[in-house]
Amino acid sequence: MATPRVLILRAPGTNCDQETAFAFQRSGAEAEILHVNRLLEAPRRLGDFQIVCVPGGFSYGDDLAAGRILASHIRRKLADELREFKAAGKLILGICNGFQVLIKSGVLLADDAQGMPATLTMNESGKYEDRWVNLIADGSKCVFLEGISALTLPLAHAEGKFVARSDAILQSLDAAGQLVLRYTRSDGQPGNDVPYPQNPNGSQANVAGICDPSGRVFGLMPHPERYMDRTQHPRWTRGEGHDPGDGLRIFENAVRYLR
Amino acid sequence: MTLWEIDVYPAKGQPDLLGRNALSAARDFPFGHALRLQAAQGYLLQGGVNEQRIRAILNDLLVDAVVENAVIAPTGDPALVRPPGDFPFLVHVLPKPGVMDPVAQSALQVIQSRGEAVDAVRTMRKYWIGGIDEQQLRLLCGKVLANDSIEQVIVGPLLLRQLESASPSKFTRIVVPIRGLDDAQLMELSRTGQLYLTLVEMRTIQQHFRQLDRDPTDIELESIAQTWSEHCSHKTLAGRIAYRDENGERTFQNMLKETIFAATHTLRQRMLENDWCVSVFKDNAGIVRFDENFNVVFKVETHNHPSAIEPYGGANTGIGGVIRDPLGTGLGAKPVCNTDVFCFAPPDTPSEDLPPGTLHPRRIMKGVVAGVRDYGNRMGIPTVNGAIYFDPRYLGNPLVYCGNVGIIPRDKSFKKAQAGDWIVAIGGRTGRDGIHGATFSSAELTSESESISGGAVQIGNAIMEKMVLDVLLAARDRGLFSAVTDCGAGGFSSAVGEMGEEIGAEVWLNNAPLKYEGLSYAEIWISEAQERMVLSVPPESWPEFHALCAAEDVEATILGRFVPTGRLKLLYEGQEVGDLSMEFLHGGRPPVVRDAVYQPPTVEPLRDAGGGPAADGMNSLADALPKILASLNVASKEWVIRQYDHEVQAGSVIKPLVGVQNDGPSDAAVIRPILNSQRGLVIACGMNPRYGDFDPYHMAASAIDEAIRNCIAVGADPGRIAILDNFCWGHTDRPETLGSLVRAALACHDIAIAYGTPFISGKDSLNNEFSYLDNGQKRTIAIPATLLISALGQVDDIRKCVTMDIKRAGNPLYVVGSTYDELGGSHYALVRGLSGGQVPRVRTETARRTFECLHRAMHSGSVRSCHDASEGGLAVAVAEMCFAGGLGAELQLEKADYQPGESSNYRAVALLYSESNSRFVVEVDAERQTEFEAAMAGVAAKCVGRVTAAPELKIDLPVSGYDFCWDLASLKEAWQAPLRW
Repeated sequence: MATPRVLILRAPGTNCDQETAFAFQRSGAEAEILHVNRLLEAPRRLGDFQIVCVPGGFSYGDDLAAGRILASHIRRKLADELREFKAAGKLILGICNGFQVLIKSGVLLADDAQGMPATLTMNESGKYEDRWVNLIADGSKCVFLEGISALTLPLAHAEGKFVARSDAILQSLDAAGQLVLRYTRSDGQPGNDVPYPQNPNGSQANVAGICDPSGRVFGLMPHPERYMDRTQHPRWTRGEGHDPGDGLRIFENAVRYLR
Repeated sequence: MTLWEIDVYPAKGQPDLLGRNALSAARDFPFGHALRLQAAQGYLLQGGVNEQRIRAILNDLLVDAVVENAVIAPTGDPALVRPPGDFPFLVHVLPKPGVMDPVAQSALQVIQSRGEAVDAVRTMRKYWIGGIDEQQLRLLCGKVLANDSIEQVIVGPLLLRQLESASPSKFTRIVVPIRGLDDAQLMELSRTGQLYLTLVEMRTIQQHFRQLDRDPTDIELESIAQTWSEHCSHKTLAGRIAYRDENGERTFQNMLKETIFAATHTLRQRMLENDWCVSVFKDNAGIVRFDENFNVVFKVETHNHPSAIEPYGGANTGIGGVIRDPLGTGLGAKPVCNTDVFCFAPPDTPSEDLPPGTLHPRRIMKGVVAGVRDYGNRMGIPTVNGAIYFDPRYLGNPLVYCGNVGIIPRDKSFKKAQAGDWIVAIGGRTGRDGIHGATFSSAELTSESESISGGAVQIGNAIMEKMVLDVLLAARDRGLFSAVTDCGAGGFSSAVGEMGEEIGAEVWLNNAPLKYEGLSYAEIWISEAQERMVLSVPPESWPEFHALCAAEDVEATILGRFVPTGRLKLLYEGQEVGDLSMEFLHGGRPPVVRDAVYQPPTVEPLRDAGGGPAADGMNSLADALPKILASLNVASKEWVIRQYDHEVQAGSVIKPLVGVQNDGPSDAAVIRPILNSQRGLVIACGMNPRYGDFDPYHMAASAIDEAIRNCIAVGADPGRIAILDNFCWGHTDRPETLGSLVRAALACHDIAIAYGTPFISGKDSLNNEFSYLDNGQKRTIAIPATLLISALGQVDDIRKCVTMDIKRAGNPLYVVGSTYDELGGSHYALVRGLSGGQVPRVRTETARRTFECLHRAMHSGSVRSCHDASEGGLAVAVAEMCFAGGLGAELQLEKADYQPGESSNYRAVALLYSESNSRFVVEVDAERQTEFEAAMAGVAAKCVGRVTAAPELKIDLPVSGYDFCWDLASLKEAWQAPLRW
């Protein structure tokens, strides 16, 4: 099959577009970075691509809360096209700010009568933090995590605390297998008790990433594009880390799925 | 028209983070513990919209219903003043009109794009307060909740009915009669006009206009003042200086040129065809070769005075400003990392010790860190390196150094504006913000500064700059402009003046897009509004350039044209308001002639506080280690570092924090700017103002050595390190102060040549003193002479880099370099309250060989970890390596090379804590010891012990009769606790 084409959606303030494009290219895809204005002018251009990725950064400055303005543009102008895109069996990935955009635009979790079922909000610590975290993944549901059970990845954000509007919503997401990526303890102990900073932002149920019911739309707070090589691992001089890095596997999964 | 107020509160069960920040800041004040507080984020929306539309806007854009609740009503409505609990006071904090409010700007833009009839937005913070009295409330508002240089406080209900709007200014051409003024009147004009020019300069201007037989306009005077300001022209250090020290007298025609530039010149001559310097001391940043396709550029600036008044905005615009330097170098470099170095007074300074007009140092530090964080992170540029230095003398005058590294294609490294090109401004709009920044930064701070120069303080808008960066690099790659420079100090005046210096320019000031109406032509010309770049665009490229900018919502405007007249002609609405010859503007400034004198102090032996000889017993030696680790300069800066994104762009190789728990202090950062290459950049710094109290020559030499050895410690090639100087000094009108600076510059010259390490750029900030009245007496705090050396190294292969955390029990540990009795200015002396002693010197010949040998050993792979010995000497270096690696060590330090002084025996204290330069502690692979020793042949490299699995650091000194064992967990806790906020 032809090489999958990836649209890396860039808005004012997006800043992880180039390395995310690099990660897709390295995984065997063709990546094109496109300014959101071009897509808003011509939403049909989505049809040229098999993957849409909203990368990390501070779209529109995150001025009214992280990802909110870009999410609002998507809700108003791109919702139908993205629904078609999903229905066609294609993939959507949101990383960090992209995750915030996907969740606030309703692309990841559809609104119910009372609005958004869940959100990403200010870290419990009240501040932006850059650190590496250990994650457990459920690869059975989500295309991007296929064959992956554990990951080590860096993250860097101020608004990554996952909050569902109610316990019932959280439970139903869990039961549906959509809470596919979770922070875990660095000592390898199982259980839901993951203290700060191993759960770096106070997310409910230690959620670091979720997928939609189809498993083809995935959003995560950590940055997989920052761990492609061994030398990006914080302890590579101690012999830890590997090539390819854990992050690259997520991009490779996406490309493999479409091949 | 209604003014709607929207108050956004955290929903039940969600933390009140805004309130929590205020409470934590209030703890520095006596009333802090009784204080109760609840906060809301507020928006004021003005327009002809009804409640239903407002609610729609709110749900779409302003409130996250999962975690927030909103109260909404027209201002003055009782619903807005109903306290959410027992809170007797209500306080609103709003940005002053005209102050950059990026959130309001974004909100207005997106709301209007939806076709909603909203015409103005302002943000605010709302605080409900209890537990304190009215007097304490005033203090809380002034010291914690608001900064009145940029914000206004409204206590009680907000009765505002309308947001201010500016009215257009009426054009009047202002002529300043100068020809008839006497000396006193000239100086009065210099002061009241905030020109900050000297009498000789004012007389020169007067003479010039007498010859022209007319008086200048206000804009002409302003242009000259900006161009001649210390900030823009560096007239003191590039001026004539008569210098005297123990070696005799020396007259400089241009001090910088004859010391620092001269060293680079000598080195470039020596390197001949291997010269890897590309452009030095010319452009906005220095440029050196990186690989076959790219050059690398580096610049470090200071933003001290604005940060003293408004730490967040000062640091914010400091980092924003320095990013525009590489962006405005050559035809534009892509920024790849930031470095930030700060100097503050100790954050535990009691609030009652603060002189009037100063902010609490903890508030300054938090504000500065947040300012750098918010701007650097939003720009998508990793902040990978830095340092924080504490000294009480930074109380009224903190230092904020911001640096940026960029890469640029080799064929885009030079620029030249062409006659006939359009002068084009892109990016942010021009407002009244930052008026007189260039001249203000050249003046001394006083407790009144805030009210005189409030306009000099700004808030940045990082996203605007990111948008400018995106289009600028795209336009560069399409070849759409012939030159670019940043709008920094002096605004359009400096940018156009510099670009057109050799051509001539005509500027149509009324073309400049304004943030609001009411600016005079002179204000437009000198405004230092942020996020603007000026380009020289050939007319045939303009349509494509303009379309590119429009496609990404970046405003681009033709401001004028470069014309081959040799004159700077300024017009407003078709009328000429200024006409100066470029020659007078750039070459007419009378040379500054200054005296400088340096008296070397005599070296006193180390003495305790009572003046007696320092006694170093077992206990004092043992206690010193945790105390040094806990001293603020040495203590962990993790709280700061983690708030910076140090991994964006995915080039991170050696992170600022390393080791088994990712929390050990890295010597330098390594990044890989080009993802499919293995070639790396190393960023490090060196600074030690304490040594300057002894001898600025040795301070400068030590700072250079420290910056270089930090690079070497991670694997940098010693033959490819470039350095920058940043001098922050007090009043150089005093011959002694200037003398100490010249002394430091002489060291820069000598050490750079001896190490083969060129300076490629630099900057100075003088007059860093703070004056205030204490019971009618004028008191002045001058900062310690502070020289920051920033280093930019390179590695051929990042996979050979080394970190400082020890790796494996059983590996041998070596001390590389020689230890001398150099405890003057040391941290040992600091924690024990000792004075005197010999300040560390640099022995360039042996140091250079040491660096080369160690680099060879690293390149061959025998080195497992390496850490430079700096503050706190070998003991601190080993302790840090141990707790970073989660392993212990056993050392017989007396095996290290030790060169005793003449008078007394300091063996034990020197081996533990002397801060002699050019030393490293190195862990060697146990199987490759012979190989390591062979590589190090001819330089001091002694095996002193080994790595152990036990969680303790054991140091034996049998000759001196000491035997120490420290628990590493306690040492680590001592190191981490002080700044773990």
